[in-house]
Formats: sequence, C-alpha cells, structure tokens
Amino acid sequence: MSDAPLLEARGLSLRYGPIAALDEVGIEIHPGEVVAIVGESGSGKTTLLRVLSGLLRPEAGSVTYRDPEGTPHAVHSMGEAALRRLHRSDWGFVHQNPRDGLRMGVSAGGNIGERLMATGARHYGGLRAAATEWLQRVEIDPSRIDTLPGKFSGGMQQRLQIARTLVTHPRLVFMDEPTGGLDVSVQARLLDLLRTLVAELGLAVLLVTHDIAAARLLAHRLLVMRHGKVVEQGLTDRVLDDPQHEYTQLLVASVLAA
Amino acid sequence: MSAEAGYNFGYLDENTKRMIRRALLKAVAVPGHQVPFGSREMPLPYGWGTGGIQVTASVIGPDDTLKVIDQGADDTTNAVSIRRFFARVAGVATTERTGEATVIQTRHRIPETPLREGQILVYQVPMPEPLFRLEPRVAETKRMHALADYGLMHVKLYEDIARHGHVAISYNYPVMVADRYLMSPSPIPAFDNPKLHRMPALQLFGAGREKRIYAVPPYTDVRSLDFEDHPFRPVRADAPCALCGSRESYLDEVVTDDRGGRMFVCSDTDYCNTRQAAATQEAAE
Amino acid sequence: MAYVAVKGGERAIDAAHAWLAETRRGDAAVPELSLAQIEQQMGLAVDRVMAEGACYDRGLAALAIKQARGDLIEAAFLLRAYRTTLPRFGASLPIDSGAMRIRRRISATYKDLPGGQVLGPTFDYTHRLLDFALAGDRPVSQEPGRESPRPASLAGSQPAPAPAGIAAGLPRVTGILAQEGLMAPEAPGEAEPPDLTREPLAFPAGRPLRLQALARGDEGFLLAMGYSTQRGYGNAHPFVGEIRMGEVAVEILPPELGFAVEIGEITVTECQMVNQFAGSKTEPPQFTRGYGLVFGHGERKAMAMSLVDRALRADELGEEATAPAQCQEFVLYHCDNVEATGFVEHLKLPHYVDFQSELEKVREMRATVLREAAE
Repeated sequence: MSDAPLLEARGLSLRYGPIAALDEVGIEIHPGEVVAIVGESGSGKTTLLRVLSGLLRPEAGSVTYRDPEGTPHAVHSMGEAALRRLHRSDWGFVHQNPRDGLRMGVSAGGNIGERLMATGARHYGGLRAAATEWLQRVEIDPSRIDTLPGKFSGGMQQRLQIARTLVTHPRLVFMDEPTGGLDVSVQARLLDLLRTLVAELGLAVLLVTHDIAAARLLAHRLLVMRHGKVVEQGLTDRVLDDPQHEYTQLLVASVLAA
Repeated sequence: MSAEAGYNFGYLDENTKRMIRRALLKAVAVPGHQVPFGSREMPLPYGWGTGGIQVTASVIGPDDTLKVIDQGADDTTNAVSIRRFFARVAGVATTERTGEATVIQTRHRIPETPLREGQILVYQVPMPEPLFRLEPRVAETKRMHALADYGLMHVKLYEDIARHGHVAISYNYPVMVADRYLMSPSPIPAFDNPKLHRMPALQLFGAGREKRIYAVPPYTDVRSLDFEDHPFRPVRADAPCALCGSRESYLDEVVTDDRGGRMFVCSDTDYCNTRQAAATQEAAE
Repeated sequence: MAYVAVKGGERAIDAAHAWLAETRRGDAAVPELSLAQIEQQMGLAVDRVMAEGACYDRGLAALAIKQARGDLIEAAFLLRAYRTTLPRFGASLPIDSGAMRIRRRISATYKDLPGGQVLGPTFDYTHRLLDFALAGDRPVSQEPGRESPRPASLAGSQPAPAPAGIAAGLPRVTGILAQEGLMAPEAPGEAEPPDLTREPLAFPAGRPLRLQALARGDEGFLLAMGYSTQRGYGNAHPFVGEIRMGEVAVEILPPELGFAVEIGEITVTECQMVNQFAGSKTEPPQFTRGYGLVFGHGERKAMAMSLVDRALRADELGEEATAPAQCQEFVLYHCDNVEATGFVEHLKLPHYVDFQSELEKVREMRATVLREAAE
C-alpha cells in the first residue's frame, strides 16, 4: 500500500432537518485497502457512501480522489461529466439491491459489456469474450450469457452486478450492503467470491454493512458509525476483539449473542 | 401562383420565422444537437409533418421550387396535402423532379438522385430523440447527450446481435454526427443512411410535436453505429424494380392479390419515372 | 350560503335543477336543437357516446347529449345508466368485420393492396383552417368541400364513395401477412367470453375481458396511454396494418330456431395495429397484433385501443412490463370514465367528518415537531 491515500475525506457534515446524518466525518482509503463502515440502520453509513462517491453533496467538508497519475481531484467540484467518467472507469458501485445496479431488460452479457462499451469498446467478439470470462469468474454458467437477469436467483444477480462493475478493473469500488438481501448460505458464498476477487485485482473497497461477520471477513480496517459520527476506528481484528467504545461493544456483543 | 390572401407568405408570421431561423442557425452550428424551438400549432395535426412544415416555411422564398415526398413518392396523400398547402400559402412553384427542386421536404426517404450544393432537404421527424426507447426521460437523455454518454445505445446494438445475429434496426437507424452527437436520422430506411454522410446539400430536421430542430450541414461526417466485427450494412429487397429494373433503389412491396401475389417497385417515384422515360427514349432511338 | 349541507338541501337541489334546465335550454330566442339534428350533424359525438356508454342506439345517444348539454362523459353516463335498466335477451354472434360494407379502409403498411385504399369521410388531409363558410346562416352546399382533396394519382383510390359503402368482403391486411406466416395467429377461443357488463373485472384479466373494458374506455385516457407507448413508455413499434370503418350485420342465434337471424346493422371502426415481436426461444420473430374495435366512426379511439391492447400483451409475449400502459390493473381500473368521473367528482361532496379528524391529527403532529425543535 502506497502512502498517498486513494480517497480522502475531511470534516464531512450533512443534516436532514434536525437530524445530523454526518457530523464531522473524516476517512481515508489507500490503494488495495478494504475499509468497512459498520453501524445500525440510520447511523449515517449509507449517506457517507453517497457523499464519498460524489452522488450527494455535503454541507461542509471535502472529498479528494487521487487519479493514477497521483493528481488530486476535489470530487464535489469536478463537474458532472468528469464524475460520470470516473464512475464508469476508475470507480465502481455495487448496490444492495442488484436491480438498482443491473439493467433488468438487458442480457447478462450486455450488462457486463455496458461499461466496456461506455469506455469505447467496439468489438463485438471482444465483448463476448470479456463477458464469458467474467461470468466464469463470478461462477455463473457462461451459457447463460444471453439470459435476462430477471431469470437469475438473487445471489446470481448480485454476482452479475459484481462482474458488471469489476469488468473495467476499477481502482475503487463502493459497496452498499452487497450481501443485504440474501440468504445466509448464499451470503457466505458471495463473501468468499468477493474476497478472492478483491485480492486478485488488488481493489480498494469501501464497504458499508451492518453485518459484522462480513466486515471481519473482508475488511482490513473498520469504522464504526453512530448518529452520523465515527465513534471508533482501527484494524478490523483490533476493533472487533477489543472494542473501546461502548457502542462498538454493544454491536459486537449482539453478534455474539445472535 | 400567388399566396392565399389573409395569410403571411409561408403561413407563419415573420417573427415566428425568425425564431425558427435562429434555432436553425444554432442547429447548423452544432451538427446533430437537438435545439428546442417554440413549435406552433399548424393547420395539420402534430405527427403529420408540422416540424418539417415549419422549417420549410422558415427557409422558403418566393423564388424557390418545392418538392414534397412521403415514403419517397410525390403522389402519396400526405405529400399531396403538404405540397398543396405551400402552393396555397406561399404561392411557390412546385415540382416532382428532384433535380429541379431547391427545397425538398421529405418523410421517411432520401431521394435516390444525389443532391447537390444549394439544395435543402427538410426532414419530418416524429421522434427526434434517438435514445427514447432506452431512456424515456427527456431530462436524462439531455444529460446523456451533454456528456456524450452513449454506451447504452451500443448495449442495444449488442443485444440485437446477441439475439438475432445482426442489428435489428431496419429504419431510424441511429447515427453519430461529426463524431459528437448521436442523432436520429428520422424513420428513413437504414438503406438511406449512407446518403446522409458528407451530403453536399443542407439537411434540416424538424420535430413539431416534440419541439426540436436539428441539422447536418453540407459535407458533414455521419456514421451509422456499428461494431468493428459487425459493420453497418444497408439492406433492400433482393429484386429489381418491376417498372424500371433498378437494382440500386429502395423498393416498396406491393400486394397484388390476396393469394400471396406481390411485386416490387421503386419507392422514389421521380427516380423510377425518369429511368422509365429514359428507357423508352432509348428504345425509340 | 346556498351550498350549506346535505341536510336541508332539498330546496337548494330543486332550485339547482330548475336552473340547470334553464341553462341547458339557453336563450329561448335561439331555436331548440332536435335529436335528429344532433344525430345527423353531431354524428361523431353520438358515436363516441354510444361507444363509451356501451349502448348502440343513435337516438338515445343524441338525447343524452342534449340532456347533458354536450358534456360527452355525462352523456355516456346517462346512456350507461339507462342501459342497465334494459332486459338482456341474449348475445349476438361475433360480427364479421371481413364482410363489412366499407366506407373507409386504409393501410399504412402497403401502398397498394387488393381492394385499394379508400379514404372515405376523413379529416386526415384537410388543412385545419376554420371554414367561415360554415358559420353563416345560409345553407352550406352539399358538394364535397374545397378541403377534401382527392388526389387522382393516389394508387387504388376510389371515386367519391356513396354513403352506403362501396365494397364488401375485402381481405384484411393482417390476413395477407398471416399467409406468409409473418403474423402471430390468434386461435378463436371456444370458451364463452366473460361479460364485463355483468361480472366485475378480475385480475389477471384475459384478452377478451381487456378488450371489452377498452372498447368502452375513455377515448382521452386511451389516447394518452397509447401515445405514451409511442414515446418510450412501453416497447411499441406500431404500424397501422389496417383501419376499416363501415357497416356490419348483427346476428343472433335463437336456440329455438337453430339458425342465425340478422337483427340489424351497426357501424363500427376496426383497427389492426401490426407490431414487431422479437421472437422467443420457441417462436421465430414475427408480427403481433394490437386490436381495436369501437362503435360508430371512432378512429382515434380504435387506434389508441389497439396500441394499448398490444401493450397489455407484454406478459403474454414475454416482454418486460415496465410502463403504465403495460400494467393491466393501471389501465383497466382507470379507463372507465363513468367510474373515474364519479370518484374524482365525489371529492366535492361534504367530507367534514374525515377532514375534522385530519385537522386534529395535523395539529397534533405540528405541536410535537415544534415542541421538539424548541427543546
């Protein structure tokens, strides 16, 4: 991991009426690093993800992205065209509900090919080859390449969304509860797959989850959020095995109890 | 001929024409970009060529000669109706000969006879937005044009090839204009698309109901979307015209009885008539 | 304080009715409209009221229009309300639009076809310029108006049609496509179709039920729904295969006789919209049909109906249904203007009691929010 962070945020604040969704939040993520943001629903973690990825503008604070040449860019002042370009090349976004990340009227192969075409790929045979390879990587039978995602199970849809996102080899992937809507057994398989892909591709991942087990499996570092504030952060094992903040202790205990 | 009393030359008042001309100038300056304009209610229904009529009314002068075609033919009912309209409200000369016209208003075809500098081809456009089947929200498609974010259109072509082995768009085949804007060529057959490319005549597109004008200036690059390994191929019925024998022109299929009988004839009536006359003359000589 | 309450409003209602009758009549110095005038000179209004009123009777429709002061939805409502009082003796045999005595018949898919294109009495190629000649009190000549171009060169066009219709037994365009196997066949169902006038809508609604609902649905609603499918909300690539309008015989089969008896003739407009279908694993690509049929000369409605019918077949044809026009419940529950106008207009009835409880609730919620903000 290099010293310069890939993405760095300082002093992020955002209020919804009287509620502070983000309260002076700072975070940084380095190339190849997996950082999990945990907390219960309403803690502000999804808002943080949307602000960091430029989808939502904070009232205060800044988010800086460093491109492959090392040039820093202020995410919220880069303009929509540049931000979109970033989202379809260097960045990826995996939604909790695969329907939000997939085109349900487009075949599996077309879904995987979209980002390639958006970045200029114009060779049909090449697109088919890439789609076939990625279906295999996410453990979907390549003969389903022309099937609509609606015919897939929830777990397969989520794996397809991951293939569609990773096909352009992004440097940074935002994941919002990627295992959220799935059965426990399906979750385990997906987490295993994610861990393999992240390691193979050297991805930096910002993972939002309320699932402590998922965080423990995937993340190098952990941030615990409550009421829009980061109440504790550190290496995953340290935070989970020796929680300092009472809220973290509660979170960890509730997992153990369950 | 003189214009109908009680109406301004070309039906529209001069201020409206100026507004449309400003939109046209902007459209010519930004080839393929859809320029919103204050489309007026016309005495023909929306969808029947009101955009084309407003454009024609704004560019036509008393010395112009107008040709109007629908489906390539001068004698189809809507072409007859529009030609009569302009004869009545502008009093201009009309013609069926492509070569003699200075302004040609068309619905769904580009004439077979190559157009030359100084001519204006006015297209009637029902739906100016090439992306509308993929993204019906106008605000979103505007953003996609602004950002040249056209991956979705290629996804559609990819899907067609995956499902049918080739692109399943036979008309209104999307094009890139001057390497920047994705544009609907209006519902001309894909067969006509190559004629858009570097055409010496000015091409103006008017969509009355959707209130958009766009243009392709003379000699502008217009490329039909495709893949490197699935290049664009225009298609026509594999038959000669039953009347003039042309193997190059676009053909209409005419059903001759209800027992499966049919024949193919040129959709461009002027082109076909000219060839037939030439053949007759040749035979006589 | 005329609009006081439901209670004690009897005098107010009587007065309103008297006022309505007076207003309906208008200036007594202007001659009163006769039903024959409405029937003859407001023919398309009569047609629309018969279609949406679901009752084929020109005289009653004219009466309804007169009584409703030209409010066509109100007139359709009057006709529907009358219709429910009529005994039902039986159902007719299916009408045969192939045997129609045709007054108008056009196809947008073929330039020429057996039997030719027949423009008939259409507004299509008129220029929409107000004809001030019609404004005068002097009688307007009967000859075709100057706004009725009949291009002599129109392939296959017929001379001015006699009102009685000019041809019968012309082949349908969809039949021509079917011969080549290009049109998805529609097998006639053996099952007795449900009757929307006697049973409530049930979902999922089969095509016979859907078509019944659409046939008496509101023209404006269907128009907007059909239009939305053309603008990308629904996957439509429609072509007018054929529109035909004219007279068809209505036959019934009295069980005691054992053979069909013609009981009369009605005017109908039929539209067959041809639509692309990409094909599926089991069926090759072909065209599919959207169908519209309405009482009288109702071309706009028949076309809109055929667009909506095709959109509603999304499920059946394995297409992704995402647009409002493809949603059965959305379309069928909202297309009936008698139901719709009743429910929309009921909002002007008193709702004091419900509103009072809303008032209390909003006051309470506001108090809570303000209290918290103060803390």
